[in-house]
Amino acid sequence: MTGFRDATGAMNFTGAATVARTGMNGHTMSDASLDSAVTAPGEAGLGDYFALLKPRVMSLVVFTALVGLLAAPVPVHPFVAFVAILCIAVGAGASGALNMWWDADIDAVMRRTAKRPIPAGKVAAAEALGLGLALSGFAVVLLFLATNWLAAGLLAFTIFFYAVVYSMWLKRATPQNIVIGGAAGAFPPMIGWAVATGGVSVESALMFALIFMWTPPHFWALALFVRTDYGDAGVPMLTETHGRRVTRNHVLGYTLPLVPVALGLGFTSIGGPVYLAVSVVLNIRFLLGAWAVWRRDETQAEADGYASEKRLFRLSLSYLFLHFGALLAEAVLRFYGLSVMPW
Amino acid sequence: MRVEHELHARRRGRNIGVGLLLGAFIAIIFGLTVVKVLSLGDVRKFESFDHAPRPQLVPAEAPAAAEGAQ
Repeated sequence: MTGFRDATGAMNFTGAATVARTGMNGHTMSDASLDSAVTAPGEAGLGDYFALLKPRVMSLVVFTALVGLLAAPVPVHPFVAFVAILCIAVGAGASGALNMWWDADIDAVMRRTAKRPIPAGKVAAAEALGLGLALSGFAVVLLFLATNWLAAGLLAFTIFFYAVVYSMWLKRATPQNIVIGGAAGAFPPMIGWAVATGGVSVESALMFALIFMWTPPHFWALALFVRTDYGDAGVPMLTETHGRRVTRNHVLGYTLPLVPVALGLGFTSIGGPVYLAVSVVLNIRFLLGAWAVWRRDETQAEADGYASEKRLFRLSLSYLFLHFGALLAEAVLRFYGLSVMPW
Repeated sequence: MRVEHELHARRRGRNIGVGLLLGAFIAIIFGLTVVKVLSLGDVRKFESFDHAPRPQLVPAEAPAAAEGAQ
């Protein structure tokens, strides 16, 4: 049974790689030497196309964009707000589909991504490209019609940044890929703010900076305790190109400027005592966690199973969620006239 | 007797999904149109230009032309 499963798995993988290659190059699959039932794209269900949109990433995008929109001082009609958030989510999904189209070759190599729709042979790469481009156009145009040109322009730039700047230019070129690429994930609250106000302000820039500065320590804390196969796929990761000591330095190095950014947001018009209280506690804990990760070496980390690194990564998840949750709480308090802002 | 092609049965879920998405798209555009029109405020300020009868714009020779045609 095991032998059969292994053989099937191997055939599926080869077939998937063939599909990815042929799709990427735009050729037909006439060169496939395997059984056509294996090499041909399977009957993709709606769920497979939905998986192209990276729904888990979309959920974070939706949450941060919604907070950006609700925290803004200008009220937006609920239906327009709904359409705007939908457009931002679809735009994020479209960039995910474009990313999967471009990265189909390395997705097929890595264990974590080998089951994605393109390497799994369910969706042809060209289909993902078409879906990504169509949804990008749909999201940007509809956001422009529903709201304003700045929000639509920022969404278009975000899609371009993730699909082209990050996926095509940076991801395979530099271990700083996630730092600069993290900007794509930082734009949604700025877009949400632009939907309401039609502009960019200190508040939206700080929300952007909060996610931007948070991404490196969040990601590298994970990279320290999870053994990835990015190296096999030719993607440079800091842990492998510069070593784990340098990665620890970078975790602390990016945490230090993150703290004033997070706290500074509390002194703007969208902050307040609730946000500041939450932020102070979270930043003290995050700073201590990053310090703990920085001050020890691999021997100590292996001895306790990377406990500090895992703790910092878990904290980073709640760190971002609670910061934006606190901004949302401040917005709700302001809405009901309960906000106490001494500044 | 109508025999359904196997392809239709196989793609039923996908087709229903696409249909629902198209329906949702229509609903969004319709809803957005309603919201945009209602947000214009008092529609009478537009009707005063488009829907009020203005006799001075009616051509003077029109009745004569109509009689001649009979």
